[in-house]
Amino acid sequence: MKKKLALKFPRHLVSEPITYRLVKDYDLIVNIIKAKITPYEEGRLDLEVSGEKDAINRGMNYLNRIGVEVKPLIQEIKWNPERCNHCTVCVPLCPVGAFSVNEKERVVSFNDEKCIACGICVQACPYRAIEIIF
Amino acid sequence: MAKTIAQINEKIRKGKAVVVTAEEIIDIAQEEGVKKAAEKVDVVTTATFGPMCSSGAYINIGHTRPRIKLGGGKVYLNGIPAYAGFAAVDLFIGAAALPDDDPRNRVYPGEFRYGGGHLIEDLVAGRDVKLVVTTYGTDCYPRTGLETWININDLNEAVLFNMRNAYQNYNVAVNLSDRVIYTYMGVLRPHLGNATYSTCGQLSPLMNDPYYEVIGIGTKIFLGGGVGFITWQGTQHNPNVPRTERGIPKEEAGTIAVIGDLKKMSPEYLKGTSMTGYGATLSVGIGVPIPILDEKILYYTTVKNEDIYTQIVDYSKDYPQLLSSTLGEVTYAELATGKIIVQGREVPTGCLSSYWKARKIAATLKEWISEGKFLLTEPVAPLPSINSGISLKPLRERPLKRNSGESREK
Repeated sequence: MKKKLALKFPRHLVSEPITYRLVKDYDLIVNIIKAKITPYEEGRLDLEVSGEKDAINRGMNYLNRIGVEVKPLIQEIKWNPERCNHCTVCVPLCPVGAFSVNEKERVVSFNDEKCIACGICVQACPYRAIEIIF
Repeated sequence: MAKTIAQINEKIRKGKAVVVTAEEIIDIAQEEGVKKAAEKVDVVTTATFGPMCSSGAYINIGHTRPRIKLGGGKVYLNGIPAYAGFAAVDLFIGAAALPDDDPRNRVYPGEFRYGGGHLIEDLVAGRDVKLVVTTYGTDCYPRTGLETWININDLNEAVLFNMRNAYQNYNVAVNLSDRVIYTYMGVLRPHLGNATYSTCGQLSPLMNDPYYEVIGIGTKIFLGGGVGFITWQGTQHNPNVPRTERGIPKEEAGTIAVIGDLKKMSPEYLKGTSMTGYGATLSVGIGVPIPILDEKILYYTTVKNEDIYTQIVDYSKDYPQLLSSTLGEVTYAELATGKIIVQGREVPTGCLSSYWKARKIAATLKEWISEGKFLLTEPVAPLPSINSGISLKPLRERPLKRNSGESREK
C-alpha cells in the first residue's frame, strides 16, 4: 500500500528523526517529496510512504502521538488528454518520469502514481493541458 | 522515367495515384530501391505541427449602418488589439498580440493565457468574439464607436495568413546558466537541465525538398485542417547555410509564407498556445504534397532523422546576445531517443512540435489525394534557393543623434 502525506510539525519536533523512525521502527519505505523548515513557520514534510497497511497505520499513530499533524497530500496534477497535443515538451522536465513518450506512437502519457505534484509541468505546457488541483 | 504534375493529377482524378507519407517512403525505397520507388510512387505527403508566432489572420467584418471606419481607430477582439491600419472594415490579428491589461512579464514569469493565437482558435471554432471599436468620424463614415458580438460565419472574409511557417530545421535550446529561463523554446532548467527542439524532422515539408525544387510559390497545401497555398518564401528565408551532402541544412534555413480560408479550417490544427514567460502564439498544422517527378525528387523524400543535423544553442546567453556559437551538433534520431549528450552530460530532450499530429496531417493529406479530392498545383515561381544570393542580415543600427532635428518626433 502507498500513501502520499503532508506532515506539519511544530518547532520542538524539528530535531526528531521522524523519517528514520518510520523506516526503522515501522518498516516503511519513505520517499521524501518535499521538505521545508523556515524560521517562523512550522516544518513541512511531504512524504510518500509504502508498506503493509498495518505498518502504515502504526506509523501514523506514532506521528499523531508525538504531535505531528498528518494529512493526505491532496495536491494533485491533472493531465487533460483532450487538450494535449503530444508535443513532449513536458517530458524532460518531470523529475520522476511521470510523463513519458511512447517511442513508436510518439504519444505522451501520464502516470499519476509516479507524480509527486511538484507542478513544474504546469507552466511548461504550451496548451495548458496540465492543471494543479489543491 | 520522369513524370509531370499534369500526369500525376490525371492519376489522382482517376483515383489511381500512389500516395505515401514521408515516413512510409523511407521503407519503400529501402526495400525496392530509389529507381523502382520513383516509378511506383506519385506523391509523398509531408507535414508539421508546431508553434509559429509569425502567424495571423485578416478578416472583413462587413459594413455597419451608419458606416464606421476602423482604419486609424482602435479595435479589440476579445480584448486583443487588432491591427486596423487599412480601409473601413478590414482587420489583421497577429498570433502574438496581447490584451493591453495583460501583466506580461511584470509578474515573472507571465502566463500569457490568452493572446492572438487563442483568438484565432476561438474564431475557427465558431465561438462568438467580442468586438470593441473606438475611432474618429468622417463625412462618409460618421460613426465613432461600435460594440458587438461577431462570429466567423457572418464575416465576409476570414483568411489565415502566416508570413513565416514550416521552418526548414531549427535549433536545439539549452540553458547553461544557473537559473531557470523562460523562452519561446519552452522552460529551460539551469545547468543543462533539459533540451528542447522543434520541427518534425524527416516528416517536415522542407526537409523533404531541401533545395525547393518542387515546393514553390503557388503550391497547394493542407493548412490548419483546410486547404491553403504557399504565397511566397517566408520571412527570414535563409537558403545559404551549411548543408549536409544530401542538401539538408544543418541549421535554420528555408521558410514559407502561407494563406488559406480560415472559415474552412479546424481548431484541431490551429491551437492557441501559451509560452510561460515568453508570450502567446499559434500552433499551426501544415501538410505539403511532393510530386515524385523523378528519382532525384524521390531520393530527397527518403531523408531519415539520422540524416538531419541541427545545432545546440545556449538560450541563457548566446541566443539573446545574438552570438552565433554552437555547443555542438546532434541528429533528430538522437533527439528522438529522449536524451542527448551536451558538454559530456546527458540531457533529457522534449519537442515543441507534435510529431503525432504531423503524422495525422500527412495521413489526412494522403487520404485527400488518394480519394481524388485534392489535386496538385504547378508552382508559378520557385522559392529562392542556394543560388539566389539571399542571406539573413541582422539589423545594422544607426543611432539617432540627440539635439539634432533627426530625433525630433514627427
